[in-house]
Amino acid sequence: MLGWIIFEIVESAWPAIRKFGFDLITTSAWVPNRERFGVLPFIVGTVASSLLAILLAFPLGLAIAIFLSENFLSPAFRQTMRFVVEMLAAIPSVVYGLWGIFVIIPIVKTFGDWAVSSLGGFPLLAGPAYGNSLLTASVVLAIMILPTITAISRNALATVPKTLREGAYALGATRWEAIFSVIIPTAAPGIVAATILGLGRAMGETMAVAMLIGNSSRLSWSILSPSGTLAGLLANQFGEAQGLQVNSLMYAALILIGITLVVNLLGEAVLRYTKKQTAGIR
Amino acid sequence: MDSIASHSLDFFEHDKAENTKIIARSWTNRILSAVCITLSLLTMVPLISIIFLLLKKGLPLLGPAIFTELPPAAGMTGGGFGNAIIGTLVMVCIGLAVSAPAGILSAIYINEYSPDGRLSQAVRLVAKLLTGIPSIICGVFAFAVVVMSTGSFSAYAGGMALAVLMLPTILLTSEQALLGVQSAYREASYGLGATRFQTITRVVLPDAFPAIMTGVMLAVARAAGETAPLIFTALFSQFWAKSLNEPTASLSVLIYNFSTVPFPHQISMAWTASLVLVAFVTLANITAQTIFSRKT
Repeated sequence: MLGWIIFEIVESAWPAIRKFGFDLITTSAWVPNRERFGVLPFIVGTVASSLLAILLAFPLGLAIAIFLSENFLSPAFRQTMRFVVEMLAAIPSVVYGLWGIFVIIPIVKTFGDWAVSSLGGFPLLAGPAYGNSLLTASVVLAIMILPTITAISRNALATVPKTLREGAYALGATRWEAIFSVIIPTAAPGIVAATILGLGRAMGETMAVAMLIGNSSRLSWSILSPSGTLAGLLANQFGEAQGLQVNSLMYAALILIGITLVVNLLGEAVLRYTKKQTAGIR
Repeated sequence: MDSIASHSLDFFEHDKAENTKIIARSWTNRILSAVCITLSLLTMVPLISIIFLLLKKGLPLLGPAIFTELPPAAGMTGGGFGNAIIGTLVMVCIGLAVSAPAGILSAIYINEYSPDGRLSQAVRLVAKLLTGIPSIICGVFAFAVVVMSTGSFSAYAGGMALAVLMLPTILLTSEQALLGVQSAYREASYGLGATRFQTITRVVLPDAFPAIMTGVMLAVARAAGETAPLIFTALFSQFWAKSLNEPTASLSVLIYNFSTVPFPHQISMAWTASLVLVAFVTLANITAQTIFSRKT
């Protein structure tokens, strides 16, 4: 029991060999054979791909959550929808990666070529467009975190007391007026928590991203160029790393733990706050 | 909705301005509903696409050879991935052997012995945070503990990584399962003069068992699909594993390796492996669901 908590500490203490590299966070060169390790591009890539994924997944997730908690269509249909979302959660991430390689990469490449030729001046869409890009990874990530966002938002919407909803209808509100002015504001902290926890999942996701993002250590503004993430870096290099490279990778792992831990703690805190809030309303 | 709108129309018949407002509101309402339903249906597209491609590209190679033969070398055709299937099963079993007892016992402790103690609170929090930790970190941990100390990639290391991954799931679902046991049962048991140990083993555990198994199956389903923790702990192998102490193949790593090579045969084999893996994971999930629904 106790030993189990201790191993958490051991886990983080292991890479304490990090004395070798103090502030490698701020440099951006990753050249193992010259023993230069900078993880800045990977940190940026991790944050950027996750934020972009959230941007794509949030409207969809919220729409499904509302769809599942309202009575637009018959319960049987909602059941199917729920099953679909649960299936999305059950598909292993390598399979997403494989699917992404054959389906999303061509789509993004086509979109990228079009975007570069028509809006190329815009720094976020600067060319040349690659198939293995930040955008590809984000699209697949968005699909993968959809179940997390949907499930938690749906719970938040479901805990909105029935009386509030009925009150809104009684005042003559249409369904969407009730949703926007009463239900969503009441469930807002829960929805925020869902988004934050989804962000945490996106940051830790490894395989699908490693297969799709192109794993480049160059910093770039364009979402159409290859990038890299901390998790992808670990997946690619750990197998054949040795010496100082292992220590630096451990360091990168520690940074990743740090980021995800902060994000998840934040999400948990918001969830806990929500529980207290709704307890008051009831 | 429609009926309310039309009623209102009658009601405000004499007031033109009010009338247009109502119509506008009911149209906004309908449009938003349509948008919401469309967005929801949009999510079905990826799932259908994935399943369709899995069947289309995975089925042609699916045959007995897949389960009994070794993976083909680069550029070669034929073969299967029997060793990877066995490797996945073996490593999930190792992970389960470590995490199931630990997880269930911890759950019993934090729920039955000291539900509100400092230690229990801490364990709960740590378990919650562990579920949020990226799976690749489990791999890094197993690499540090097992691979670096034994000096070789092995099935043990892979199993260890999966155990870390499964532990929080098993712990948290077991705790929920134990919470679901009515306290009247416990009190009745104590009332009959049973000790705490007897109460737990004879009354609480049997009642919570199906729900605990659900948690275990969910953990198995998750672990079987994971690649990240295995990629540098168990590595991969082209051969049948002779012992647990050497690099071991697994389905998920096989998919990863084969998906990035330029040989069409290997790529279709990756699809077949994905099909097998998804089938296995879905089976585990469905088992979990049925165990759970039988109880309630």
